[in-house]
Amino acid sequence: MSHFLDRLAFLKKDAEAFSDGHGILTTEPRGWEDAYRKRWQHDKIVRSTHGVNCTGSCSWKIYVKGGLVTWETQQTDYPRTRPDMPNHEPRGCARGASFSWYLYSANRLKYPMIRKRLVKLWRRARRKADPVAAWASIVEDEKKAKEYKAVRGQGGFVRAEWDEATEIIAAANAYTIKRYGPDRIAGFSPIPAMSMVSYAAGTRYLSLLGSTCLSFYDYYCDLPPSSPQTWGEQTDVPESADWYNSGFLILWGSNVPQTRTPDAHFYTEARYKGTKSVVITPDYSEAAKFSDLWLHPTQGTDAALAMALGHVILKEFHIERTSDYFEDYCRQYTDFPFLVQLEKQGDYWVPGRMLRASDFSDGLGETNNTDWKTVAFDEETGNPVLPRGSIGFRWGEDGRWNLEEKDAAGAHTRLRMSLIHNHDEALPVAFPYFGNRKHEHFASTDHADVLERAVPVKKMALKGGETFVVTVFDLLVANYGIDRGLGGENVAATFDDDIPYTPAWQETITGVPRQQVIEVARAFAENADKTEGRSMVILGAGLNHWYHMDMIYRGIINMLVMCGCVGKPGGGWAHYVGQEKLRPQTGWLPLAFALDWNRPPRHMNATSYWYAHSDQWRYEKLKVDEILSPLAPEARLSGSLIDFNVRAERMGWLPSAPQLNQNPLKIAKAAKRAGLEVADFVVRELKEGRMSFAAEDPDNPDNFPRNLFIWRSNVLGSSGKGHEYFLKHLLGTVHGLQGKDLGEDGAEKPEEVKWHDEAPEGKVDLLTTIDFRMSTTALYSDIVLPTATWYEKNDLNTSDMHPFIHPLSAAVDPVWECRSDWEIFKSIARAFSEVAPEVLGKEKDVVLTPILHDTPGEIAQPFDVADWKYGDVEPIPGKTMPAITVVERDYPNVYKHFTALGPLLERLGNGGKGIAWNTADEVKGLGDLNGRVTEEGPTKGMPRIESDIDATEIVLSLAPETNGEVAVKAWQALSKITGRDHTHLAKPRQHEKLRFRDLQAQPRKIISSPTWSGIESDEVTYNAGYTNVHELIPWRTLTGRQQIYQDHLWMRAFGEQLCVYKPPVDTKTIAPVIGRRPNGNPEIVLNFITPHQKWGIHSTYTDNLLMLTLSRGGPIVWLSEDDAAKAQIKDNDWIEAFNVNGALVARAVVSQRIKPGTVFMYHAQEKIVNVPGSEITGTRGGIHNSVTRTVLKPTHMIGGYAQLSYGFNYYGTVGSNRDEFVIIRRMDKIDWMDEPAEPSKEARS
Amino acid sequence: MAEYVNTLLFGFYPYLCLTVFLLGSYLRFERDQYSWRSGSSQLLRRRQLIWGSNLFHIGILVIFVGHFVGLLTPIAFFDWLGISHTAKQLMAMLIGGVAGFFCFIGMTMLIHRRLFDPRIRKTSSFGDIAVLLLLYTQLILGLASILVSLEHLDGSEMLRLMTWAQDIVMFRAGAADGVANVHIIFKLHLFLGMTLFLVFPFTRLVHAWSAPIWYLGRRGYQIVRRRGA
Repeated sequence: MSHFLDRLAFLKKDAEAFSDGHGILTTEPRGWEDAYRKRWQHDKIVRSTHGVNCTGSCSWKIYVKGGLVTWETQQTDYPRTRPDMPNHEPRGCARGASFSWYLYSANRLKYPMIRKRLVKLWRRARRKADPVAAWASIVEDEKKAKEYKAVRGQGGFVRAEWDEATEIIAAANAYTIKRYGPDRIAGFSPIPAMSMVSYAAGTRYLSLLGSTCLSFYDYYCDLPPSSPQTWGEQTDVPESADWYNSGFLILWGSNVPQTRTPDAHFYTEARYKGTKSVVITPDYSEAAKFSDLWLHPTQGTDAALAMALGHVILKEFHIERTSDYFEDYCRQYTDFPFLVQLEKQGDYWVPGRMLRASDFSDGLGETNNTDWKTVAFDEETGNPVLPRGSIGFRWGEDGRWNLEEKDAAGAHTRLRMSLIHNHDEALPVAFPYFGNRKHEHFASTDHADVLERAVPVKKMALKGGETFVVTVFDLLVANYGIDRGLGGENVAATFDDDIPYTPAWQETITGVPRQQVIEVARAFAENADKTEGRSMVILGAGLNHWYHMDMIYRGIINMLVMCGCVGKPGGGWAHYVGQEKLRPQTGWLPLAFALDWNRPPRHMNATSYWYAHSDQWRYEKLKVDEILSPLAPEARLSGSLIDFNVRAERMGWLPSAPQLNQNPLKIAKAAKRAGLEVADFVVRELKEGRMSFAAEDPDNPDNFPRNLFIWRSNVLGSSGKGHEYFLKHLLGTVHGLQGKDLGEDGAEKPEEVKWHDEAPEGKVDLLTTIDFRMSTTALYSDIVLPTATWYEKNDLNTSDMHPFIHPLSAAVDPVWECRSDWEIFKSIARAFSEVAPEVLGKEKDVVLTPILHDTPGEIAQPFDVADWKYGDVEPIPGKTMPAITVVERDYPNVYKHFTALGPLLERLGNGGKGIAWNTADEVKGLGDLNGRVTEEGPTKGMPRIESDIDATEIVLSLAPETNGEVAVKAWQALSKITGRDHTHLAKPRQHEKLRFRDLQAQPRKIISSPTWSGIESDEVTYNAGYTNVHELIPWRTLTGRQQIYQDHLWMRAFGEQLCVYKPPVDTKTIAPVIGRRPNGNPEIVLNFITPHQKWGIHSTYTDNLLMLTLSRGGPIVWLSEDDAAKAQIKDNDWIEAFNVNGALVARAVVSQRIKPGTVFMYHAQEKIVNVPGSEITGTRGGIHNSVTRTVLKPTHMIGGYAQLSYGFNYYGTVGSNRDEFVIIRRMDKIDWMDEPAEPSKEARS
Repeated sequence: MAEYVNTLLFGFYPYLCLTVFLLGSYLRFERDQYSWRSGSSQLLRRRQLIWGSNLFHIGILVIFVGHFVGLLTPIAFFDWLGISHTAKQLMAMLIGGVAGFFCFIGMTMLIHRRLFDPRIRKTSSFGDIAVLLLLYTQLILGLASILVSLEHLDGSEMLRLMTWAQDIVMFRAGAADGVANVHIIFKLHLFLGMTLFLVFPFTRLVHAWSAPIWYLGRRGYQIVRRRGA
């Protein structure tokens, strides 16, 4: 009753004794104990997850108490696995467990914020004019525009109202569309799988405008181009549970316990079970301690190691003795038996393109797509046959696109892998060698540029005359330098010969002892042989972020393919970088890109986009001839890297944004005036030079990216490679760029791109960032909108690491004035619809689309590279140049379209990855479920998409993975093409329909779908390539098999027909700055490595106080004791890392675990916490990308060629950055720059 | 006028202070248990605290007991014991002086720490600093009064103060008159002393009520509380 009175117990005999008086029993009040009970009491638990780019996708319990989110713990109610498998749970890590800190932290964005100078200009202008006119009056006035652009990132935000903020955005968008065209607006948001509806909200709005959605997977360099090259598949990998099925696990450049924490238990469990494991990383990583053997090659030389491992496997398991399992696997599932023509080039015989049916005068009996049907020899008869499954069988016909061992006519055929016993002669074939290229920091050998090796060949009479042909397998063996008794040079009889690519040879380059290479290769292959493919390689960013990542990856893929591991449980290629697996993808696409209203959407590969628009190309120092093969065929291979990109865009290989140098809304009208069809008009104008691609002049103000939306992303604090270039050219603000461009340097300029002596600064008129925290990107923006966190909205989340689909649920409403992404873009759409009629109505928009993978167009350009601009061919849309489509935009009705499911799904159906199905039933069902629009107007009667939950139901209903009916329809559609019945994979779950509330009740397993190459079943865990191997569905490549030989002209030009070792490229960023700006401390040069970290919420957030407390509370870099001693750096010293790209500051962590020669900076450490000023740039710190710059690789631009065709986030240029070097030196003065800004920078009030 | 002020300050003010002290302490104990604490900053920084705090507490406790016994014990009791007024006066000056000296050293360290250690300063409330400065001032006044007392070794001033204190606690009328003519130092010391009672319930001083002394006489090592009644 009363704390005081209760204690007045003088008359009560307190304390009754027990245990001989050692203990006493008292009657004192115990009310205070409730305080401890209440500590863990709560009002409710809500299931949500963390929508961050980490592939974790872990189910979490979010606790709410008194209307506040208090803490989170791991959910433990995953459906059980089968008896011989460990369970999935608990999933989660320390990063996730600390997320609730963000909700009420000081860094939380609470209100819409606008740059003060901008809002002042706006209010003044708006008093006198309508919104669009008001915006025009600001951005058309150079002085006014500069006034707010020049202070970006220097503070100066003021709180604003939602209505005002959305009106500014709407006005800017409408102005830009009218003046420059909708493709001058772009949005960047990564990884839809982490919060699908939030992603879709923005891209739906942009797609309704006709604006550009930028890719991310390729830009983050998480896309392994080797995957589409080999399998025609973006990325498909085993779930982490499948590690447990493996008998031999190699972890290569992947740090599972640190970066895949929730999955790491499967690795531990596999080790307990007896799985052998080798870990390959240059540093002693957390994963290394799990291993039986830790190999630590010199960073970036992994391809050499992979080639040597492949050499041993090939020699011992394919040549000296044959493994039946390996041979049968390779015969049926790889391109090893397929035939390649030899071409005479100078004095050399070089491997050319693959033989096609059309090379035979009778087309080998075929008429459809004979350019795309590849040829092999039958083992029995020795005759050339057309095995089914090549890409020519995929399009324009049905029923023969499969991997049955049959020829085109249906006769059984067993393909001949090698001509070693049946050759006409052994010819010396020339292979390029790159391992002799000199690099200041990497070892090279002195073998010749061209290595000739004897290969068994067959002479054939073809349409074009006598031709020598070889099998891919025989080329592969020769490429590995294995002696087959055919004589000649450059082949190794033993592993100790110093000939590429023996274990002895790689010692010089990687530093790994040859004996270890031989042991690992033997154990790996032996396990695969005995277990039918249960050897697995888990690989990651440590390999994929190098410029020549596809060589490293293909070296590893070769090992897996030779050992028959791909598509086998417990085996294969396990690349876990970036959360690419949007399981219900085909249900989500229509919502995300407004395919229910308009097709096609405008997509763009972000790497090329940022490279062009942040003007990084103006500083390109990597010359094409440095990477060209000594055996490059005669072709148009001159110019700078951006020239290749421009050619790729013109030929319809890569997308363009903006697309043409004119406003696409004006083209249809002009065509009408000229009396031509739009496509014909565009072709004529292009050909006659009156129209051109915007890419040919990115520095022309007409082609600037005028408006940018960034949401769910931190481009300027994390992912933007070449950070300082972004600041200078895109934003026009204070930057730390040290280098000179090609003009200032007097260097050779690009051929295809117009050079402006004066580089533009501040190209972007309006940068809008949507985030829940004040990130670095938000600090540089003009408008910042506060969004809901992952505990405040409803959404969907999937991962490649497990087969479940998770919800994000609103545990509490968005705090303060925050709104969910879905509501934010709805608000913007509404504001736009109100503002648009000032200048826009219904408009005709001319959209260019590149030749897309998994569409009939992907077989567009079968042979040589032909550029219409040079008159090689006629420009034919969709064939030799991008396709041209006219799309009608209804700008005043954008909001109505946004919130209703449009008519095209009923009319055109749905689908993906080359198959399509009717989805009218699902659309009707959605109308019943979500309700239909009752308001008069263009959307009356259509299913509603009002709330974020409505949006999730659209995805779940339309996707085969979450709707059994659709899954069966999808498998039926595929069965028609392959001629084999696959519906048994989904029939048992046909009547299952997952709804949002089901997911909130418990994680649900997705349903097997042809979108993916693995299946969900009770017998096997998800493994990539499973349906290719077990259902005989071809890989979506040229031969329909795993494509080891890449015969495209540009692949040959860069020497990548087959995997070879290429050393890291020289980015030339050190020489111009080293020793020029001394501060008295020694300078050393180290390789700059940026792995995933332990103390940030994966790749995204490093401002979490709890995580900072566990680390050092600010930016850090790791370096070795040896290097630290050389540079006189002690642990915890402030150091600066710099090169021509810029500079960053950090504290040094000096550790034995780092390999000398490297410096590690765990990425995404933002410059908003504890970052002092740089001595070099005089501005604050910098981020890890301040010292990097994107360098494009031409082979990633190839298109119109089967698996080498563009797909959004699927194929295209990638943003590699590990070849970069930095100068490290101890700082002399630490300037915290906390004095007031100089008057010139200060926002005038 | 002077008489009016004197009555107000030494006749009525003591009752105001004592009422607030007792009622305030009671209400705070009832209503705000979580705030019933000493507010130690030892977790933030040990430096200067151990010496400072111990010197301060030893000194202040001796002074407190000295005042309590010295002021409230009827003078007749001392007479009966045969302790002369001069002797009592000298005893008070000596014990108070030594304890005051310890207390002064301790408080000086504590105040220095409180004001100049940035971490302690940042986490201090207004009350934390104010109560320290109040005590410090009161201590200095008390030490100064020793010098005044040197002129009254017969204990006459002391007697007046004892009478006043006993009059107050016995609710005798006219208590204030007795101290109307004492030295200004004593008046200030009295006023500030009463003020300390006034602010007591609103500061960390409340921990004095809950000094951990009961365990000293407790039997048994394992304490088990009976299930809630």
